[in-house]
Amino acid sequence: MSLKTGLPLPAPPGSPEAKAETLGRAGVGIDSKQESYHRWRNVKNGLVQAVTCLCTLAVLLPLALVFNHVLKSGLSAVNLTFFTGLPKPVGEPGGGMANAIVGTFELLGLAALLGVPVGVCGGIFLAEYGSTKLNWWIRFAADVLNGVPSIIWGMVVYALVVVPRKGFSAWAGGIVLGMIIVPLIMRTSEEMLRLVPQGYREAALALGISQWRTLVQIVLRTALRGITTGILLALARVAGETAPLLFTAFGNRFWNHSLNDPIAALPLQIFSYAISPYEDWHRQAWAGALVLLVLVALVNVSVRLLTRERSNRGRLPL
Amino acid sequence: MKLASAEAPPLSGRKLPESHVGDQAFKGLTFGMALAVFGLVILVGYELANGSRLALHQFGWHFLTSTDWDPVQEQFGALPFIFGTLASSVIALFIAVPLSLGTAIFLSELAPLWVQQVLTFFIELLAAVPSVILGLWGIFVMVPWLREHPFPWLRQVFGFLPLFSGPIYGVSLLAGGIIIAIMIVPIITSVSREILRSVPGLEREAAFALGATRWEVTRVAVLSHAKRGLFGAVILGLGRALGETMAVTMVIGNRPEIAKSLFAPSYTLASAVANEFAEATTNLYLSALFELGLVLLGVTVLVNALARLLLKTVAEPAFQ
Repeated sequence: MSLKTGLPLPAPPGSPEAKAETLGRAGVGIDSKQESYHRWRNVKNGLVQAVTCLCTLAVLLPLALVFNHVLKSGLSAVNLTFFTGLPKPVGEPGGGMANAIVGTFELLGLAALLGVPVGVCGGIFLAEYGSTKLNWWIRFAADVLNGVPSIIWGMVVYALVVVPRKGFSAWAGGIVLGMIIVPLIMRTSEEMLRLVPQGYREAALALGISQWRTLVQIVLRTALRGITTGILLALARVAGETAPLLFTAFGNRFWNHSLNDPIAALPLQIFSYAISPYEDWHRQAWAGALVLLVLVALVNVSVRLLTRERSNRGRLPL
Repeated sequence: MKLASAEAPPLSGRKLPESHVGDQAFKGLTFGMALAVFGLVILVGYELANGSRLALHQFGWHFLTSTDWDPVQEQFGALPFIFGTLASSVIALFIAVPLSLGTAIFLSELAPLWVQQVLTFFIELLAAVPSVILGLWGIFVMVPWLREHPFPWLRQVFGFLPLFSGPIYGVSLLAGGIIIAIMIVPIITSVSREILRSVPGLEREAAFALGATRWEVTRVAVLSHAKRGLFGAVILGLGRALGETMAVTMVIGNRPEIAKSLFAPSYTLASAVANEFAEATTNLYLSALFELGLVLLGVTVLVNALARLLLKTVAEPAFQ
C-alpha cells in the first residue's frame, strides 16, 4: 500500500500479479472471481428488470379485468330504452337511465359554471401576480384541498345549502362538484400559464397594450388549449363522483324539472342499483357503468392524445 | 370644437388612464378568486366543527376511544371506524407501495421509451376509473372470487395466525384493503415516476460511466437521490387511501366492530358517513356522523400537508 494515497501500488513488473493485471486490462483473461462477480451483477440487473416488469403487469391487471367485465356485462344489458326511458318500478323489467344521464350533464354544467371562473382566475393570479410567499400558501392550500375526501365536501354542502333550503337539490349537487374542481383547475391553469414564454408578455406590453388585456388576449389565449384540457380532465373526474352527491343531489327516479329539486346522476344510480337485491337492477347497473366508463375514458383518451406533445413539459398536478 | 391637443393637461396632473383602472380591477378579481381557496379551507373546517358541536359536547374525548355505535340508544364512539380506516389503509399500502414503486422504476429507468409511453397512458386511465365502477366490480367479481379461492387458501396455510382465522364472508377488511390498493396504485406510481424523472441526467451518466449496470445506476444514482420524494408519494397515497369512500363501502362489509381477523367485516369513517348520513334520524346521530367527518378531515389534512411538504422541497427547484 502506498502511504500517501491509500491505494494499492502496482505490482512489480515481471511478477505473476502484474501479468494477470495486464491481461485483465486487455480484457483477455479476467480472473474467474471477477468474472463471476460480473455475471452476478448482470443476473441481478436482469432479475430486477423482470420483477419490476411483473409489478407493472400486476398493476395493469385490474384495469384489464374491470374493463373486460364492464364491457361484457354492460354490452349485454345496454339497449335503446336504456338511453331514452325512465327507471321502472321494482319488479318491472326494462326501463332506462335517461334522467340520470341528463342529470349528470346538468350537474357538470352547474359545476363548470361555478368552479371554472374561480379556478381559472385563481390560476392567473398564481402564475402572474402575487408574492412568492403568498403564492406558496395559496398553492399549498389548494393542494391540501385536493386531498380532502369528496364525501367531506358533501357534508359541507349539506350543512351549507341543503339544511337552510330544507331539501336536496340540483343546485346543492352542482355546488359540491364546483367546489371540488376549484383547486384542481387552479393548479392546472397555473401550470399552463407558466408555459407561455415570457417574451409574449414583454412584446405585448412594449406595444403599449395594458397588462390585463395582455393577460386575457395574449397569455390566456396562448394557454387556452392547456387550460381547456385541465378543465375537461377535472370535469371527467367529478363526473364519476358518487359520495358527495349522496346527500346533496340525492338522486331522483323521475325527470328533474327544477334546479331546486333532487336530481338523478349516473354514479348515484349505479350505486343504488348495485347494492339492491334485484337481478334486473344489477344488469342496469352494469349498463350504467359502461356508459359512465366510456364517457370518462373517452374524455381522458382524447384529451391526452390531443396534448401529448405538451405532456412532457407541462406537468398536470395531481 | 376646440383643439383638444392644445389644452391637454400636463402629464403629471393627469388622471390615471383607463387601462390602469382595468389593470387594478383585473388584478383584484384574480386575487379574490385565488383567496377563495382559503375561504374553502375555513368553510370546510367551520361547517364540520359546527355540525359536530352536539356530539363534541355530549361525548367529549370519549368519542374517540369508545367502541359503542348504537343509534337506537344514542351511544356513539368512533374507535371501530378509526380502526377500520387505518387498518384498511395500511393493508392497501402494503400491497400498493411495492407494486407502485416497482412500476415507477420500470417505467422511468428500465423500459424502452415506447413502452413507457403506452403503459403510462394505461396507468392514467386506471386512475380515471370512477370509484363506484370499481366498487361494482368489487361486489360482483372480486369479492366472490376472493371468497372462493384466495381466502380459503390463506386460512389453510396461515390459519394458525389470528389474522387469517375465522369465518369467511367475502366482504371483509382485506377485500376493502385490496380495492383501496387498486385505487391508490396509479397516484403513487405517477408521482413516483415524476420524482424519478426529476433526478438530473448527469447523476445517471456518471454512474454509467463508472461501468454500473442499469439497476446499479438506479439504486446508486437515482433512488438515493429520490428517497425523500418517494416517501412523499407514499404519504400522498396514504391520504387518498384514508378518504376512499364508495368502492370501500361496497366491499368492506360495513360492520362497526374491531375484529382480529382480516376476513371479518369492518367499517371506515368515510363509509359510515356515506351509508348513514341520509338516514340519520336524530340530531345527535347526525352530529356524531359530522364528528366522524371531522376526524377524517383532520387526519387527511395532516397527511396531505406532510406529503406536500415532502414533495414540495423536491419538486420546487425544478421550477425556478
